[in-house]
Order: sequence, then structure tokens, then C-alpha cells
Amino acid sequence: MSEHMSGVRAPENPQDVIHDIGYRHYEGPRLSTAYATRSLYTSSLRGAFGLGRSGKSKILPMAMVVIMALPALIMVAVSIYIKSGKLPVDYPNYLTDLQFVTAVFTAAQAPVLLSRDLRFMTVPLYFSRPLRSTDYVRAKYAAMVSAVFILTLLPMLIMWIGSMLGSMDFGYNLKHFAFGVVAAVLYALLYAGLGLLIASATPRRGFGVAAIIALFMVSEGVAGALRGVLHVTGHQASAFWISMLNPGFLIDSTVAWMFGLPLRGPAAVPTTVGGIVFLAEMVLLAVGTYALLIRRYRKI
Amino acid sequence: MAVITTDNLTKRFPRVTALDHLTVEVQPGVVGLVGANGAGKSTLIKILLGLAPATEGTARVLGLDVATEGGAIRERVGYMPEHDCLPPDVSATEFVVHMARMSGLPATAARERTADILRHVGLYEERYRPIGGYSTGMKQRVKLAQALVHDPQLVLLDEPTNGLDPVGRDDMLELIRRVHREFGISVLVTSHLLGELERTCDHVVVIDGGKLLRSSSTADLTAATSLLAVEVTERQGDASFDVNAALRARLTEAGLTVSPDSGHVLLVELSGDEVYDAIRDAVAELGVGLVRLEQRRHHISEVFAVDAPAQAGANRDDAEEAAHV
Repeated sequence: MSEHMSGVRAPENPQDVIHDIGYRHYEGPRLSTAYATRSLYTSSLRGAFGLGRSGKSKILPMAMVVIMALPALIMVAVSIYIKSGKLPVDYPNYLTDLQFVTAVFTAAQAPVLLSRDLRFMTVPLYFSRPLRSTDYVRAKYAAMVSAVFILTLLPMLIMWIGSMLGSMDFGYNLKHFAFGVVAAVLYALLYAGLGLLIASATPRRGFGVAAIIALFMVSEGVAGALRGVLHVTGHQASAFWISMLNPGFLIDSTVAWMFGLPLRGPAAVPTTVGGIVFLAEMVLLAVGTYALLIRRYRKI
Repeated sequence: MAVITTDNLTKRFPRVTALDHLTVEVQPGVVGLVGANGAGKSTLIKILLGLAPATEGTARVLGLDVATEGGAIRERVGYMPEHDCLPPDVSATEFVVHMARMSGLPATAARERTADILRHVGLYEERYRPIGGYSTGMKQRVKLAQALVHDPQLVLLDEPTNGLDPVGRDDMLELIRRVHREFGISVLVTSHLLGELERTCDHVVVIDGGKLLRSSSTADLTAATSLLAVEVTERQGDASFDVNAALRARLTEAGLTVSPDSGHVLLVELSGDEVYDAIRDAVAELGVGLVRLEQRRHHISEVFAVDAPAQAGANRDDAEEAAHV
């Protein structure tokens, strides 16, 4: 009681002082450009799905994720329900059937990663930091490749997990799931590379979206029609070369060739020479788009 | 130690020479870099950041060679570009945190530094709103904040008062003074308005056509170039009397340097306070009314007119364009 009576005492603890909140220098660690590149990768990958952005910018990428996964879910559910013991569509073929979803996702989101920085002229701010232009391109490229890979891997996972839940042939499904993963990697590399390269050419997001969607859709339409005509007229041998015109068909045929899978309809498995040519084209596309992106940002 | 030194620095583009054997030394403090559009300011900043190679000559920033140690320079230097550079759909906080991480600050430190620096540049509650809704003045503050967030030793500010109204301009200039005075960060600030830099800088470097016109302390520059504009009324009931000629004669007699300006305005060189007295006396003796007596803020072109009458402005726009490639 007497303590309370003694009134207000001066603070004895030296920490009980009001600090001057003037400018404080930063004494902490400054991390490497590798850290900055990783940070840019993470924020770009999140941005590719609209995470950390406004609700509006989440709609399209999330819708594409749902559209990509939903048929797989339904397919799995029905297969399990009717106890068919087998999924109606092979893993890599699923990605071919839904290649327009991958195309729309790439067209909508590749410009989000690059055109924004160009349009709002944010790029010079990055390059006025230790980060080099190659680091910037590397982070953006890796982010887009990862985004497309996540999109295409998701239905593969659903189908594989579904096959196990439905007690389907484990060995067969594991093997074909692996083929699907290879196809997903190829989609990721080709679609991300082509999408980013086009997006880097224009600060206008709309133009970027339109140009990318045009590339994928037109090439799919033209290749599909030509292949159909050649197939019907019995020129099966030359029909498979047409697959080179569209990245989706290219992946479809090459994966089938690599793993000896059957193809449907007018699609054809290339010969050994064809397979090597197809593979070479894919390597060229992946490496070429990356190299061109690096060159594009070298002089800013 | 000088924060920036250039020695014979030259940058040639295919059609134009943006920097022409520029040799200059910038000491710590607030230093103004003045030049007309296309004088080579942006090119110089780009070379100082180690982003563009010089054609000839060398430059050092904070003792580091721009040709070989660009990364180390950019770690220690902040840059605020002249143009817009802010995405409208994110908040100032999100944007500055992101830029802090790009400078290598760990996530927690990036957030703390961002909160600190946004407060220092005068952004409070609005920092959580998307940048798209900001005024020009607020956007300029965000641009300054991202240049300061990693606590650099030197900031390069390219035309920070561009597009601001007079009040916004004064606020920004005051902020720039504080960056040096309170934050202890050296500043190189470019402008094409000499008057603005007179008020802010300790030292002014004037370049034109990529050449050094002048590098002197602000006090010297102001003393050498201050002028008084004088305008008087006609003598009442005597319209034929050329009052300007008479006033000019009297002032010249009093030992002042006088030159005619547009209209009825005379420009008198302001060499000291006694000039005001001389003008007052001369006007009183002539029996006319004094309409105007004001100190002139110099536009940079006047310095050029005095220092380099032969310099023509041809091809300057090309240089500016080339610098933005």
C-alpha cells in the first residue's frame, strides 16, 4: 500500500524512454542477387495465378485451373463409380484434348508477367538494382514455366490419385502418369516460352493476349484441318509432319513416339527420323524463345 | 571523398554525341545537375549506374568503377527515374516492399524499411490504397521512397519535380534537402530549372551538349547571375520622354550593368544590396512611378546564353531519344 502512496516515480528502467523516430540507417544484411531473383520468381509465380493481386485478376487464371481439372475429376469419379478399372483417356492425351485451356491460360497470364512491367515502365527500376537483365528474364521464364506446369500437372495428379482410389492397375497408371508428367513439362517449356516471347514484344496487354491466343488457336486449327484432309485422302505418311505446326500436336506426337503410345484419329506417330526432328524442334523452341528473351532485355 | 568522378567521359550514339569528354567531380551533399532537355543528363545517370558502357573515359561512383563494379554500385545507390514507373493496381506498401526485396533486403526488413520510408516521405493511410488513385505528388513520393528504401549512400533523382504544381514542387525540394540533412544520403538531382536547384543544392553542375559548362557552388552561381527586373511608368503629361533610356543612363552612370529586356523592362545586375538604393534614387530623381522591382529566377537558357553563346540546340532531341533506348 505504501508503494502506491509514494506517488509517481521517475522511470528507473533506461528502456522507458521515448525514442526519437527520425531516420534510421539499415544495418541488416543485404542478400545476393540470387535472393532477389528468387523473390521475383515467387512473386511472379503468384502473380500468374492472380495471388496477391485484386480479386478481378484471380478470376481468369483460377477459372482455367478449374476448367483444366474438372473433366479429370468427373472422369475419375465416373470410372470409379462404374468400376471400369481403366481411365477412358490416356494421361498425355488428356492434355492434348484440353490444350486450348493451356493456351488461354498462357495467353492471359504471360502478358501479366511481362507487359505490365513494360507498360508501366517498371523495368528500369529493376535494372537500377544489382539484379541483371538475365536474372530478370530467368525469374520470369521460370515463373511462367512453373505456372503452366502446375496447371497441366494438376489433372495428371487427379487422374493418378483417382486410379489408385479406384484400385486400377498400379503399374500401368504409374507409367502413364509419368508420360503425362513428361508431356506437362514439354507444355510448360513450349507454351511459357512462346507466350513470354510474344508478351515481351508489346507493352499493351491486350495485344499480347490476342497475339498469343492467335498463335495457339490458329496453328491448332490449321494443323488440325490439314492433318484431317491428308488422313482422309490416305496420305498418312505426310500427315504426321503437319503436327510440327502446332505446339500441342507436336508434344502429343512426340510423347507418343517416345513412349510407343497409340494416337487417335488423324494424329500419327512419327517415324524415328520424324521423332528426332520433332524433338529437335521442341528443343529449338524452348532454347530459342529463352535466348531471344535474354536478347530482348539486354538493351533496355 | 568525392561521390562521383568522371574523367573524359564520352558517350557516342550513331547519330549524336550525348556526352563529350565530361570531367567533373561531385562532392557529398545535394548536387544539382542542370541541362536543357537532351543535354546528356539521362545518359550520364545510365552510365553512372553501370547500365550503359561509356564510349571513352572513366567514371567512378562512391569509389567504384562503373565499367566493372556496376552491381556493387547499384547496391549502394538509389535511382528515381524521370518517367512514370509505378503499376497502378498495387498499393505503395506492396510496391516498395517488392522493390526493397529486389535490392536484397530480407522479407521482414523490407517491410520495416518500407513502413519507415513511406512515413518519411509523407505517405500515411493512403499507402494501403492502389497507386492508380494517387495524385502526381503522391506518386513522386512513392518513386522517391523506392529509391531510398534500401538505405543507399547516394540517390540519383531524375527531374523529381516534373509535373508538380508549385506547392508540390516546394514540398519535393524540401524533402530532397531532408534526404541529405536528416538521412545523411548524398543526392544528385537533375533539373532543367536552375532557379529550383539554387534553392536546394549546395553545388550545381551545368552541362550542355554533353559538355561541362560550369561546376560551382550555388552561392557563386547565384551571385554571378542574379538580376533585378525594373519597370517604371511613363512620365505624367510627357509621353514623348523616353523614360527607359533616361533610367538606363542614370543607372549606368551609377556604375551598374543594365540591359533591356522585353517590353519596358530593364534588367540590372544585382551585385549587392546597394543596387536597390541606386535604383530607388534614380527612379525618384526621374519623378516616375516604380511598377516592378523583382529578382529574376534564371532559366537555364540564360546561363547558356552567357556562357556559351555559340552552342546551338540542334540535334538535342535526338540525344534525348537515344538516351531512352
